[in-house]
Amino acid sequence: MGDAALAKSLLLALPLAFLAARALPARVPWIARALLGAAAGWAVAFVVALVVPPGQMAYLVSFAIVGSIYAVLALGLNVQWGYTGLFNIGIAAFFAIGAFTSALVTTSMPTGAAAAFSQQAFGLGAPFLAGVVAAGVAAGVLALLVGGPTLRLREDYLAIATIGIAELVRLVFQNERWLANGPQPLRGIPQPLACLVRDPGCGWLPPPLAALFDPLAPRDYPYVYLAIATLFVIVVYLVLERAIRSPWGRVLRAVREDEAAAAMAGKDVARVRLQAFVVGAVIMGLGGALYAHYMIAIDYTHFDALYATFLVWVMLMLGGSGNNRGAILGAFALWGVWTGAAFLVDLARPVLAAISSDLPARGPYLRLLFIALLMLFILLYRPKGLIGEERFVSRDSQGRDG
Amino acid sequence: MERMTPKHVDDPTGIPADAPRPALLRVEGLTKSFGGLQAVNHCSFDVRAGSITALIGPNGAGKTTVFSLISGFLRPDRGRVVLDGEDLTGLLPHQVFRRGLCRTFQIPREHGSMTVLENLMLVPPDQLGERFWNPLLRPRAVRAQERAIREKALEVLDLLTLSHLRDEYAANLSGGQKKLLELARTLMADPRIVLLDEPAAGVNPSLMARIREKIVQLNAERGITFLLIEHDIPLVMGLCDPVIVLNQGTKLAEGPPAIVRGDPRVLEAYLGGQHGAVDG
Repeated sequence: MGDAALAKSLLLALPLAFLAARALPARVPWIARALLGAAAGWAVAFVVALVVPPGQMAYLVSFAIVGSIYAVLALGLNVQWGYTGLFNIGIAAFFAIGAFTSALVTTSMPTGAAAAFSQQAFGLGAPFLAGVVAAGVAAGVLALLVGGPTLRLREDYLAIATIGIAELVRLVFQNERWLANGPQPLRGIPQPLACLVRDPGCGWLPPPLAALFDPLAPRDYPYVYLAIATLFVIVVYLVLERAIRSPWGRVLRAVREDEAAAAMAGKDVARVRLQAFVVGAVIMGLGGALYAHYMIAIDYTHFDALYATFLVWVMLMLGGSGNNRGAILGAFALWGVWTGAAFLVDLARPVLAAISSDLPARGPYLRLLFIALLMLFILLYRPKGLIGEERFVSRDSQGRDG
Repeated sequence: MERMTPKHVDDPTGIPADAPRPALLRVEGLTKSFGGLQAVNHCSFDVRAGSITALIGPNGAGKTTVFSLISGFLRPDRGRVVLDGEDLTGLLPHQVFRRGLCRTFQIPREHGSMTVLENLMLVPPDQLGERFWNPLLRPRAVRAQERAIREKALEVLDLLTLSHLRDEYAANLSGGQKKLLELARTLMADPRIVLLDEPAAGVNPSLMARIREKIVQLNAERGITFLLIEHDIPLVMGLCDPVIVLNQGTKLAEGPPAIVRGDPRVLEAYLGGQHGAVDG
């Protein structure tokens, strides 16, 4: 028990250590912040792994993985909408392209009996990271193709184009069997670092380290994936913060605020918009890859507008458009509300049955109503989200001297 | 015509005898129509290097359209815009800007949810950090440049007496302060020529005096050429030479302010045929 808790806590420690290190004041030297953060994060993780019952822990871990995937999507949308004001309502397209690309790149072509049931355009059997990179590139290329002609137009056209492209992408993956097994799921997407929880262990890890992870059983794999997913969120967040708190972010905000004035300040507005659109789409593509390797099997139904576009928008609105921390917070908070609402609907079953006999079966739709009300509430009472935009875009333009 | 200028207006060289400097900006036969409306009609004029030139005319004369045609926001149907020998016709606004021509807008177009300082720091061209990867790969170079830009922005704020507002959202400035901010933004680019669209409109008298003083100062000290649209006749008469009068999309008259204000055609354009002095 203790050994497994130790291994699990090592995997859980990363996001906690990052949060702890960020919470320390900036005047502490970074090395001290890193060490203190790591120690604090790991200590909390160890206590959590020891104390929380395994069933609830498994639920929390899967919740956090999906929350992380949504956080990546919300960060991508934040570049497009939050900073640049690009109205992309086809997040699902870039999410789906990323997921299927990574799946095709990392799986192998089906052989033998499987080949009769499963078709795919290609299967390179490449490592996870190659799939991730390919996912980002594919989503970026799609964004170039969509954005090139439409970003010059008024923003409503971008909305129309993106919603259309999202449907198109989904329908292509639904109907083109040769591409990614059509309406049937594309299966066998590899799990990265699965060797940590398997018996022979990871050959490339030094034996003492590998021994640490020995107590983990294959059913503990989500802990490994949680570490990977949170690492993704952290890296995307840090990269975006760097880019946003610099002249790049300033130009994005200027274009959002007033295109004509940005043009008269010598900025190539069309190019800036395309750049932001592509960067956001690449991040959404990464989110897709992250999703595919978590689900192991994906099909077109996973990329419908509700889950892959609408919820991401509400997340960004809830957390705070134009603020990367807000995007992450919103993703986890809304995913909590969304999954929590399912429990509420379950609890309300007897009441619903008392009203009408067929109402309990329609219970799940109440969640949509609930989210819609939340959205209304945000727009009316908290239009800037939980944490709104910060006053200063670039870090060298702040009021203090020096 | 004989009452107008010491020099004939339609002189192809465009160089008045009293100022032997060449034209910095030359507008040739500019024409633009919107549907059936002929907004600008074969409009030609020169702006001398180092001058403060006014573009005046009754409402609807096409002044702002001329500005938009020069600065690349609109494409002319016919005609050319030449800046210091280089043809600007058909360039996009940011390309025009890079050649040293800045404009302001009649209704200030500040970036409202950015601070005054950031509105200025936005402007300098060729910022390393404007490329996505540079803040990641070359953070030191980006920050060094940022500090230099910040220094410059603080100087410009100081020059235009906006320093106390530097961390304020631009949206919260008064109308007059926004006009100053627009002027400040053009200075961040080290322009050769600045087109000001009604710099004094809606500005209180003391702020207006300051704007005027700054224009004179920038013109004298930095050699910046100004072309400005203005309805405030006293301001124009005191500040600008020459004055170009536009009517119905074409140039009606040009010359020193004292002569232009006495020109009967100008009076007629403004007053619709009733003769009388333009209030000065």
